[in-house]
Amino acid sequence: MSELLISARGLTKKFGDFVAVNGIDFDVQKGESFGLLGPNGAGKSTTMRIIGATSQRDSGTITILGKDPEKNGPQIRAHLGVVPQQDSLDMHLTVVENLYIYGRYFGLPRKFVKGKIEELLSFAQLEEKRDAKVETLSGGMKRRLTIARALVSEPEILMLDEPTTGLDPQARHILWDRLFRLKEQGVTLVITTHFMDEAEQLCDRLIVMDKGNIMAEGSPASLIKDYSTKEVLEVRFGSDRNQEVANKLRSMCERTEELPDRILMYSDDGEALLEQIYSAELHPKTSLVRRSSLEDVFLRLTGRTLIE
Amino acid sequence: MFIPMAVAIAEARIGKRGERFYSGRVPQLLERGFIAFKSSTWMIVLSGFVEPVLYLLSFGYGIGKLLPTIDIGGQNIQYAAFIAPALLATSAMNGAIYDSTMNVFFKLNHDRVYHGMLATSMGPLDVALGEIGWALLRGFSYACAFMGVVAPLGLIQSVWGLLAIPAAVLIAFGFASVGMAITSYLTSFQQLEVINVFLLPMFLFSGSFYPLSVFPQWLQFVANLLPLTHAINLVRGLCLGNLSFSLLGHALYFVVMIICGLFFTTKRLNALFMK
Repeated sequence: MSELLISARGLTKKFGDFVAVNGIDFDVQKGESFGLLGPNGAGKSTTMRIIGATSQRDSGTITILGKDPEKNGPQIRAHLGVVPQQDSLDMHLTVVENLYIYGRYFGLPRKFVKGKIEELLSFAQLEEKRDAKVETLSGGMKRRLTIARALVSEPEILMLDEPTTGLDPQARHILWDRLFRLKEQGVTLVITTHFMDEAEQLCDRLIVMDKGNIMAEGSPASLIKDYSTKEVLEVRFGSDRNQEVANKLRSMCERTEELPDRILMYSDDGEALLEQIYSAELHPKTSLVRRSSLEDVFLRLTGRTLIE
Repeated sequence: MFIPMAVAIAEARIGKRGERFYSGRVPQLLERGFIAFKSSTWMIVLSGFVEPVLYLLSFGYGIGKLLPTIDIGGQNIQYAAFIAPALLATSAMNGAIYDSTMNVFFKLNHDRVYHGMLATSMGPLDVALGEIGWALLRGFSYACAFMGVVAPLGLIQSVWGLLAIPAAVLIAFGFASVGMAITSYLTSFQQLEVINVFLLPMFLFSGSFYPLSVFPQWLQFVANLLPLTHAINLVRGLCLGNLSFSLLGHALYFVVMIICGLFFTTKRLNALFMK
């Protein structure tokens, strides 16, 4: 029997006239890795802050480990480890001091916190930087330290808001590896991202958000299965010819999406489709067959790309 | 069921007064202050102590040489003894202001330190009291150090002068609370400079270097509204042993500053982080 850690119904948050979160429903089970995928401004961070009891909803209900953030803010925050989108490390302190004092902010005894530090340093692969000032760390190191810091209170839920935004590819992969380990240890993760590869790598289940609404929900694989075809053929005819060719292409497959620089053609067999195009005497400048991704799901649902 | 220690600690506070704003973590915030202090810029720390001493030497013993004694409430005192309490009050103010404006501004807007703090089970009042508490400690140490210099010089006329130290802490508390409240509403570094523009004239026109009675009536009235005037009158009264009920009035001025400052700081932090 799985245990429900977070449950939201009709969750709504407005800033003046702007509806940031528009009556959404979702549940997060214990031990799962739950993602909120959507472009900037979709309402992901606002939702995260409501869960984190640092923002109050306008209507609807939400319980986190059975508690209402309106009444039990401090108690809910004690359950959570928060990794915000922008670093909030204490620049005047060293790596070890950051971990130590953050544990103390939860009221944890000195001995307990000191006992956790070695484990956290090794998890974050920062043993050699233990006495370094935070400002001297690279972006990837800072983010790993922020995650380690969020773990100091042994949270039941780790909240990650855009964990790899702004990191180079290598640093991203190191971070994904660390998060994967946490997932294996059974830590419940709630992750927001606008990177579809990140969502595919890390999330067991996700909601696709756009303009404060949930557009779809499911595992990455089931979302792709439900909202896209197995494969995608990307063809480029050059910006002047794309439009003209698009009409002919549309009849060849299930669905097309015309982007400014290329046309996406949805089909379960991309190679066969490409041959069909060649035999119709249409010669694309470039072509690429790939499998469908969450990006395609988002495009299907909203008509827009994730990163604009 | 396993309950993490952090949760057990937070749950123990359920039902306590103001539990949504305050979690009793001021000691932890002071601990942060000490850790950060170890690696702070010592020149800045020392300047807070050296500055009033330099004023005392140059004005008290420089200009003071040219002046006759000053008659305060029937006591004839030398000029250095007149300005020493004012310098004590001013250094308490400066220390408190530095910690509660510049430092707070950067933690709030630049390093986002409070964002991190308030994602834990602490509340905004913890942060406000912790930061202000640190400013008080600094004010307290400056006051003690300054006393250590002026008392051996014979500039403290009365044993009541010992109370000047707690008075300096009260003054630091008032300035730190109001300073942090104002800073929490500021959004740019330029606005921060405005505080300094206000501080220097206040220092010059609060009766630090001469009695307010030399001013025309209207300027005396304005000077009497300034917090530093009340700070100086309070400390001077204690150092000279001129006890009267008016000292309580001056102290009350700072109690009001503390209450208002804490109220607005907590309100603002709550609006910024718990909206």
